[in-house]
Amino acid sequence: MTELVLPTSAAASNEAAEKKPATASRRRNGLAYWQAAPMAFVFLVFLVVPLVLTVVVSFWQYNEYEIIPAFTLQNYADVFEGCLSLSEPCTTVRTYLSTLKFCLLAWLFTLGIGFTVAYFLAFQIRSRTTQMVLFLICTIPFWTSNVIRMISWMPLLGRNGLVNETLQRMGLISKPIEGLLYSDFSVVLACVHLYTVFMIVPIFNSMARIDRSLIEAAYDAGATGWQTLRNVVIPLCKPGIAIGSIFVITLVMGDFVTVGVMGGQQIASVGKVIQVQMSYLQFPMAAANAVVLLGAVMLMILALGRVIDLRKEL
Amino acid sequence: MSDRPRGIGFYGLALFFALFVLFLYGPTLTILVLSFQGPEGGLTFPMNGVSTHWFAKLWEGAGVVDIWAALARSLRLGLAVMLLTVVIAFFAGLAFRKHFRGEGGLFVLAIASLIVPSIVVSLGIGLEFRLIDEAINAMASATGWEWLQDHGTLMGLSTSALGAHLTWTLPFGLLIMFAVFNRFDPAYEEAARDLGASGAQTLRHAVVPILAPSLVGVALFGFTLSFDELARTSQAIGGRNTLPLELQGLTTTVTTPEIYALGTLTTGMSLVVIASALCAVLWLQRRRARRGLLA
Repeated sequence: MTELVLPTSAAASNEAAEKKPATASRRRNGLAYWQAAPMAFVFLVFLVVPLVLTVVVSFWQYNEYEIIPAFTLQNYADVFEGCLSLSEPCTTVRTYLSTLKFCLLAWLFTLGIGFTVAYFLAFQIRSRTTQMVLFLICTIPFWTSNVIRMISWMPLLGRNGLVNETLQRMGLISKPIEGLLYSDFSVVLACVHLYTVFMIVPIFNSMARIDRSLIEAAYDAGATGWQTLRNVVIPLCKPGIAIGSIFVITLVMGDFVTVGVMGGQQIASVGKVIQVQMSYLQFPMAAANAVVLLGAVMLMILALGRVIDLRKEL
Repeated sequence: MSDRPRGIGFYGLALFFALFVLFLYGPTLTILVLSFQGPEGGLTFPMNGVSTHWFAKLWEGAGVVDIWAALARSLRLGLAVMLLTVVIAFFAGLAFRKHFRGEGGLFVLAIASLIVPSIVVSLGIGLEFRLIDEAINAMASATGWEWLQDHGTLMGLSTSALGAHLTWTLPFGLLIMFAVFNRFDPAYEEAARDLGASGAQTLRHAVVPILAPSLVGVALFGFTLSFDELARTSQAIGGRNTLPLELQGLTTTVTTPEIYALGTLTTGMSLVVIASALCAVLWLQRRRARRGLLA
């Protein structure tokens, strides 16, 4: 009997000892719910419900005056109308190809420039104060207006802008280059101008966490600068690169402002299609396009997510 | 590494960095200069004299749109978003530190809010408010209640636009709070509690003062991101536009340096906000150091 009683009484006293912290932690847990509630409320009302409604409305019918809550697949059929023929891509495929092209170009340039700038800041600047000041210089424009930063390219790129004037005066060209502004070029340029900061910050953050003795070890083992970069720095920066890439990809994929302003409202993009359909009050159609866009972006992020465990890195 | 002499790589990278900074600031400086264009001057160089003519014209009002009303709306909205972002993100940060069931879900929502394309969020919020309006109108005609008959729309600056901005600022605020609480030493809280402080007192007299510089940082994100936000607002604003929306419209209609004057003004305001936030952070840190709180 005693052998049996002893463990139970030990367990009982253990339980009694644990009881107090358990209630305390439950109370604290209850408080945690109240503290997290406002944020949960905002995301519920302004993110979850809107997204659910978008999916629902994308299956609704509509006419010129109103949306009709009756099920249809017509909106999706319209989005992909004629997309089965391979010889002549439909509007949707062409729009996506154009948007993907901007996305790819913007990604390549922001990654190249962002990585180089972050590398310079993290590894070549020795004083911590200088590092912080230069880092701030890179981030300050992020807090100023995007539209203004787009407008500010106009006096440079316009037909009689600074770039054309200068090139003409230098005798390099005889007549102004058309298509510096309101073209694919100006759209990509503005994207790089606006979004490189989204690459610099996470990559710099990853680099700042790299143990400097690893770099020393690579040098001591006889690696050249390039070899250290390729085999030590870049692999350790992967999370930063992935986070920056996700930002740039989602920003460019859904963009309609940059494409609108820098493309002179003439260039198509997925975001622009949605915006135009909204302005014509074709809400179910816009919703169907939004669902397709969301799906495309999610696929791209999932592909990136396979490279690294994002949750762990944040 | 620091005792190694600077190689050619350093100078190459320094040059690259300098060019990048020029790329970053050059265009803005161009319109700063051009906004002081003379009265006869055009949208591009050469400068046709120097004057504040276009600022004066802007002061009288830019064409059809009421820029100053839009600016006032943007400022009001920015301040509201700033306050809410700081408060909501701070308390959510506290909650995440204690752990609670569903924290994984909330975290995923915050990240999703950041990476779902803005046009999709905007469209969703626009749809949501339109459907609510329709439901209210249907109820008004069904019940005949007097007080519902004049219902216009719930969409507006302090409802749908405020929510749209929060979906953009809160994730940033939360991520900053994560970083901040990671470095926060709980010993200060324990000391406060040992001295008999209640939970609220601990927050007010220990946690908030220690975290004050970071909270200013969150406020900076809250205000500037809202003040410049365009994509998420576009479909969720209703009738009265914020300043960035008006600006976007003006890019196609205004063909005088007036728009540069407006750009200079807006950028100047943003810079004043950024500078005061940075000064506040430095001042708070110095004060904290003086009082011996080296957290």
